[in-house]
Amino acid sequence: MTDKRIKQAVGQRILAAFRDAGAVEVAPDILLPAETLLDLYGEDIRARAYITQDPIRGEVMMRPDFTVPVVQMHMATGAEPARYCYLGEVFRKQDHGEFPPEHARDNEYLQAGFELFARDTDADAEVFALFHQTLAGLNLRATMGDMDLLLDAVRALPLSGARRAALLHHIWRPRRFSALLARFSAPPEARSFPTSQAAWSGLRSREEMLARIDRLVSDAAEEPLAPIWADRLERLFAITGPAPDALLALRQLSREIPDIRDAVDRLDARLAALAGRGIDPATIRFDASLGRHTMEYYDGMTFAFEAEGHPDWPPVASGGRYDALVAVLGQAQGRAIPAVGGIIRPGLVAELEGAA
Amino acid sequence: MIRLGIPSKGRLMEQTFDWFAERGVRLSRSGSDREYAGRVDGAEGVALVLLSAGEIPRELQAGRIHLGVTGTDLVREKLAGWRGHVEELAPMGFGHADLILAVPACWTDCESLDDFATITRDFRATHGFRLRIATKYHRLVRAWLSDQEVADYQLVDSQGATEGTVANLTAEAIADITSSGETLRANHLKVIEGAPILGSQATLFRSIAAGDEAEVAALVAQLGLET
Repeated sequence: MTDKRIKQAVGQRILAAFRDAGAVEVAPDILLPAETLLDLYGEDIRARAYITQDPIRGEVMMRPDFTVPVVQMHMATGAEPARYCYLGEVFRKQDHGEFPPEHARDNEYLQAGFELFARDTDADAEVFALFHQTLAGLNLRATMGDMDLLLDAVRALPLSGARRAALLHHIWRPRRFSALLARFSAPPEARSFPTSQAAWSGLRSREEMLARIDRLVSDAAEEPLAPIWADRLERLFAITGPAPDALLALRQLSREIPDIRDAVDRLDARLAALAGRGIDPATIRFDASLGRHTMEYYDGMTFAFEAEGHPDWPPVASGGRYDALVAVLGQAQGRAIPAVGGIIRPGLVAELEGAA
Repeated sequence: MIRLGIPSKGRLMEQTFDWFAERGVRLSRSGSDREYAGRVDGAEGVALVLLSAGEIPRELQAGRIHLGVTGTDLVREKLAGWRGHVEELAPMGFGHADLILAVPACWTDCESLDDFATITRDFRATHGFRLRIATKYHRLVRAWLSDQEVADYQLVDSQGATEGTVANLTAEAIADITSSGETLRANHLKVIEGAPILGSQATLFRSIAAGDEAEVAALVAQLGLET
């Protein structure tokens, strides 16, 4: 186990690099109101975050990540372009189900982060390059994904608005997504809704139920989705490889799904911008599904830097674009600005450096 | 001395006594009905410890008892990484109960978990908060729903009379243990189709922390069980 002071020193070094990149250092609270985080992440976060009770503030959560408090702080003061950095602990329960973990992972660990709020299209390349440069020499595998591509491909499906919305909602839940896609691709099953003898009970109203039944009835009248669409989506989700090869594969696929052309152009421009910053795109792995299995809030570029010799580790660094999250958190103020950012785990960097 | 933890009350205690008696070990409460002490006939060096079924998982984890009888539901709910703390020696064939998810019977559009997942999403959009599920099995229910990729809900704690929470408007659905389903029907609730969250029954567990493996193995062999 690496000494906490060494991890702290590594974190300070990363923070200095982020400051040099023009970021203002911020120090968000450790105890955060639980409600906002629960509404964003869902009940599942309770299994991973420490929640406690405050007699005045109600339920509070020990910071499970920095993005939400940094966004909230930024939106409260305005939605102007800005760069922020931070260094501090996040707290996560490690409840592994039936078997205790072989090597218990830390419940508190440092994160050093950088968040960029900007309307500039070069922001993705700026953040990716900054992380790439800060982690240079550690021999990490850099992977890039793009949720934007996937979301555009789903929006392009010839489906009713309700079906499309359901698929978009579940894009971060791969099994539920596949099940829905399979259902939409099959001939509808007739369903009957017998009147129940049971007394009405609970807060959900009869009108709510009837509205859903109407939706199910009109849904059953929809034409099944042609099988070629599920096939195209599966091929898109499966695209992986060195970024230039993946780009070629995406270009080819965009002949069949023309709606992804803009997103492919943006990826192309991003890779060119990275080449302009001295990063060879061939050294970046592209994985179209990166971001589908992680945090629900990424909706554009995603990235991860992983230590190849440590398959059981989480990524040493990860991040992405989260425009929709900013829009949700800025709703109260009626503000929105695109944002992209990420974190590095100084503890893992320290372990890699200690082993070297 | 091997310490054997047994539920201290009711049918679960009586059925446990019967189960051991069939295997040649006679357990009984010593003295009056109110005294939580017991005696063991037919096995050497075994002490009977009468405990609430809910405390048995914790006592097994701590190694304060070598063997214990309790429901699989309680072990899975209360012990994170339970397989690292206890070994399941024998399902005992009684105390059957399923942990299920139930919704109002009047929801004729809700049969499967897929229906439920869609309804949670609609409910949140309509009411501005996440659909509430009343339960005392927080870890099991959360892990199961997470595995099934259902997200738009919240758990509210209910330590008793859980079936009444829907009519009282403090929850929209419940997750609870049921054996016959009668209480559910009486409260106008129905079970979501498909496998239960967990099928539970009374089970004999061995504590890993308690040690004394040779003595425990001898008793287990005497009961005709294999480890």
